[in-house]
Amino acid sequence: MKVSEIKDILDAEIICGEEYLDREVFAACGSDMMSDVLAYVKEQAVLLSGLVNPQVVRTAEMMDMQCIVFVRGKTPDESIIDLAKDREIVLLSTKQPMFASCGMLYEKGLRGGAAIV
Amino acid sequence: MSLFELHYDVPGDDFTRAGEASGDVKAHLKKLGFDPSTVRNVVIALYEAEINMVIHAGGGEIAVSVDPDCIKMELTDHGPGIPDIELAMTEGYSTAPDNVRSLGFGAGMGLPNIKKYTDEMVIESTVGVGTTMKLRVDVKE
Repeated sequence: MKVSEIKDILDAEIICGEEYLDREVFAACGSDMMSDVLAYVKEQAVLLSGLVNPQVVRTAEMMDMQCIVFVRGKTPDESIIDLAKDREIVLLSTKQPMFASCGMLYEKGLRGGAAIV
Repeated sequence: MSLFELHYDVPGDDFTRAGEASGDVKAHLKKLGFDPSTVRNVVIALYEAEINMVIHAGGGEIAVSVDPDCIKMELTDHGPGIPDIELAMTEGYSTAPDNVRSLGFGAGMGLPNIKKYTDEMVIESTVGVGTTMKLRVDVKE
């Protein structure tokens, strides 16, 4: 699924990274616990989170993630946006809560891709 | 003699900066042409260890030595030390304060994650003196 489709499905606002909307993501992860993200997520994933701090962007950076969606209308501050721009990570913000956001993307075919073994 | 060596002083008073060293190591390894899987294993382990250093030990030092067949990392701090390393390695066991959990860490996944992503993990710790963690990630290809 393209990042642009995620934006449309969640009616999300683009915070930064408009030039990367054509990127493909193959999996999604919804979590406020960054250690879980570090433990289970595959690359080329989109991260959905209600947590807004620089470590969300750092976690995405370490995992080669393409895009972060902040749920519940949360928006990051300038320092977080600057970090994401520097790491070429797309930031989106949706007014949808976490559960609904994950469900809407799942319904359109995006999967977790992170079975625990 | 290593191909490449990197050293970092990790400040212990600023959680927002935790991960800067790991991000820099990632950039270097990518530039040196290491495969994405090796780079990811190194930086995830290092990032968790760097976060631990900031949360528990008030910062410390990181030394990374890059060879063609493996990447070695040594993290040294002068924090409180780990009284029971085996217990600390248990998934879900955490001594992190609640404010750390609200930042997305401190769920007792750090050390298990580090073990998962490395080929060797050695912890030496003395209560009241500090902790040294030695990690090695082998290049798979």
